[in-house]
Amino acid sequence: MNQIQRLELAHWAVKIARRNGATEAGVDIIKSRDVEIACRARKLETLKESTQNSLDLTIYIDGRSSTFTTADLRRSELEKFIAEGAAMTKYLSADPHRVLPDPRHYEGRREMDLKVRDTAYESRTTEQRVAQAREIEDAALGRSDKIISCTAEVSDTLTESVKVRSNGFEGTRVSTSYWAGIEVTVADGNGGRPEGSAWATNRHVGNLPGSEEVAAVGVKRALAQIGATKLDSDRYDIIVENRVGGRLFGTLTRALTGRSLQQKSSYLEGKLGQKIASDKLTWRDDPFIVGGLGSRLYDGEGLATGKRTIIEKGVLKSYFIDSYYGRKLGLAPTGGRGTNSLYALGDRSLEQLVASLDRGLLITGFIGGNANSTTGDFSYGIRGHLVEKGQLVQPVAEMNLSGNAAAFWHKLVETGNDPYPYSTARRPSLLFREVEISGV
Amino acid sequence: MADWTRRQFLDASVKGVAAVSLPTVFRLDPAAAFASPLTKGGTLQDYLTHFTVDESIIRRTMALALERGGDYCDIFFQHVISNNVNLEDDMVSRASSQVDFGVGIRVCAGEQTGYSFSEEITPEALQLAAQTAANIATSGTGSPPHAFSANRIADYYPVETRWEETSIGDKIPILLKVNEMMTSREPRIIKTTVRLADSNSYVMIATSDGRISCDYQPMLRIFANCTAVDNDRREKGGYNLSGRVGIEYLTEERLENLVATAVERTVRQFRAVSPDAGAMEVVLAPGSSGILLHEAIGHGMEADFNRKGTSIFADKIGKAVAKPFVNIVDDGTNPGLRGSINMDDEGNPVECTYMVRNGILESYLHDRMSARHYKVKPTGNGRRQSFRHMPMPRMRNTYMLAGPHDPEEIIKTVKRGIYAESFANGEVAIGAGDFSFYVRTGYEIENGKLGRPLKEVNLIGNGPDVLSKIVMVGDDMQLMEGGGTCGKNGQWVPVSFGLPTIKVAEITVGGVNRNTNRRGRRAGR
Repeated sequence: MNQIQRLELAHWAVKIARRNGATEAGVDIIKSRDVEIACRARKLETLKESTQNSLDLTIYIDGRSSTFTTADLRRSELEKFIAEGAAMTKYLSADPHRVLPDPRHYEGRREMDLKVRDTAYESRTTEQRVAQAREIEDAALGRSDKIISCTAEVSDTLTESVKVRSNGFEGTRVSTSYWAGIEVTVADGNGGRPEGSAWATNRHVGNLPGSEEVAAVGVKRALAQIGATKLDSDRYDIIVENRVGGRLFGTLTRALTGRSLQQKSSYLEGKLGQKIASDKLTWRDDPFIVGGLGSRLYDGEGLATGKRTIIEKGVLKSYFIDSYYGRKLGLAPTGGRGTNSLYALGDRSLEQLVASLDRGLLITGFIGGNANSTTGDFSYGIRGHLVEKGQLVQPVAEMNLSGNAAAFWHKLVETGNDPYPYSTARRPSLLFREVEISGV
Repeated sequence: MADWTRRQFLDASVKGVAAVSLPTVFRLDPAAAFASPLTKGGTLQDYLTHFTVDESIIRRTMALALERGGDYCDIFFQHVISNNVNLEDDMVSRASSQVDFGVGIRVCAGEQTGYSFSEEITPEALQLAAQTAANIATSGTGSPPHAFSANRIADYYPVETRWEETSIGDKIPILLKVNEMMTSREPRIIKTTVRLADSNSYVMIATSDGRISCDYQPMLRIFANCTAVDNDRREKGGYNLSGRVGIEYLTEERLENLVATAVERTVRQFRAVSPDAGAMEVVLAPGSSGILLHEAIGHGMEADFNRKGTSIFADKIGKAVAKPFVNIVDDGTNPGLRGSINMDDEGNPVECTYMVRNGILESYLHDRMSARHYKVKPTGNGRRQSFRHMPMPRMRNTYMLAGPHDPEEIIKTVKRGIYAESFANGEVAIGAGDFSFYVRTGYEIENGKLGRPLKEVNLIGNGPDVLSKIVMVGDDMQLMEGGGTCGKNGQWVPVSFGLPTIKVAEITVGGVNRNTNRRGRRAGR
């Protein structure tokens, strides 16, 4: 089935839903093709190839809404499926906010080529994928005789999707994504087997880092953990490396959703226009980055996307509000989730930030932990290095970073000049002063 | 509608009202749709019919899958119907259902694996998937079995009513009732949500060593959450129940316990304080604290990691890892528990596997491939998320057996520490052995007594180190009522935990540094 046929099917499904009493309906049809390769011990360890389809149908009947998902796209079966879905929907309570978005929010969709599809995809062969994985593995194995195991993985996905809403929305999209990475385990000579990993993802295979680079980073991160120990509990200055900062932002993202606000479970409720972080935190959402992993012209509800500032010099400018919770809150929708995140950068590299630290921790990994969006409390396991007089002097592990997000983000004093390119969030390294660390 | 009896409702639903999942269950054999061959005690022939295959098609598919030299093949058929109903702001205005149907084909050549799946089960689709998976092997030919024998499996989760025999009309009154119980219980509650999720999975597995097995796997999960306000403090909390059970599990008494626990744990947090940061004695409450075992030892004992040498436990079998009163098992046989399985996803029987017996490390958790590598019997730990995934060693229900100590005495021995009661999540680095788990609720312990409630906090330790520091084990083992979902290599499977009250001599607790003299400490180092 091609995109035109998928669109036809989606419109047909909407029509059938209406015939079964739906006042409104939405259909998403997605096909994805995935190939995953892993190489280990100089052998092809796993080879997995598959294609999957899914049709999501949301039926609205006078403020009641149900979503049904199936992989069976045959019209004869869908017809029955939709009829039963409509029958089931009638059991729900009427909620005046359960309707499709106001169609004026569909308007203004930008017309541009986001270049999220790599035209080289079709010509890539399984042999090329295996060769890339082997190349990464070979490059890693040559780097250290302490390596116990190293698994190189390469995968890619082609996704074709269509979206139709009964009140006038139609959209189609084709995208590719590629992933390459490595997991390395090394012997520490003491019975421990610290592991390190490196990976990257991109919409274009040509923009992935080279095999040597992936291998070098993975091996380096594993070796760097040898001899890790825990330090005294204390307040430390910390630098959080760009590639691992995502977990810290978990303290903000869940508290910024319309659902958290409406459900009274956000410590950021009522904080619009207020300072929630230091001047150093500026966070913009940009859906239009060419080739961006989060780039999109319309969001999951079909709303036209736009650039948005979430936090400007520490001041909260925007929440992530979808149309349902927007109606419940009486606020205009701003898109239920982020696209590509960009941050204000500083002048210095990670190396320069480390060199500037008299004593503190460089955090290179998180392990476990969580954040409470209602209270802002958070606590995460960390590993990394002790920094003294600008030098990495000792690997550390088995420690916790804890705090309350409302205070924590004011301790951000500098951002690096090193946005991480292989993620929807292009985070720089971050320097915080005097945060709570527990160890011994 | 709510005052109908359930039986009347089911009768009505057969006529098509609530049977959203039924026709698709039987979509390939409409004639059988209402004869319901799989609803109770389905035979192997019922499963074959349901998946529209017979032994000769399976044999032909295996022959293709093995034609490039694979030495083993299995074909995993699955049909899952899952439903979600949500209550928010005192009304049930949203529901969702998902039907998943397909077949996964795996080919092994030594320790190499080829995998493919299809969402339609036709001779052409089976052929394509078999040829794709076959590509893992590059020389020689394997051969399919001459005949299959039906594999009899256990029955650890008999249910009275299968979820497809219930309708949304049966579930909505339960959600409304739980909501009413929550809001009427505590005036400080300002928001509530209730979610009921159920699923039915039908699986059939044929292996090239000539075995064919089938199973019905039900699952229930119900969540009650609330947000409450007290002066300027706001707290959100909740509780959930889960198991391989039918709707009859949701008795008045269990719902009462669900609500009471959700509400008490939420409002208790108004008094919660941050613990001091640092390493200290930790007492773990019985039940869900078994998450400690899941992270500290369970993952490290999954045999694929050991086969590859990447686990901290890779060279420790037969060695003492804990005090002699410590026994840790991973068990697939607990009746109705979330992690129980009648057979694993390779068709192997399950068992109660001793990872640690009397303090000695005894057995890894095996799937077929690792059992072959170590030349032992599979332990029934070969699990997968769905037909879209290849199996690997995974935990089931992981718990510690009861020990010699009195739980109250355990608390009395702690001068300054914490009592950890409920948890959100955990993670482990299996090679370094570092693991952490996040405490949602607990108490301070001072001078042998429980003190103020604790704010949420992360605990972090090293697996072998923490095992060796389990210094007391209570006689009050409990299995968890809820359960977890464990992620590994991108695949999620339901698991559960259990633990008696135990004391660990030292774990690092996240928290606040109250008496820090930073300069002084630095000078002293």
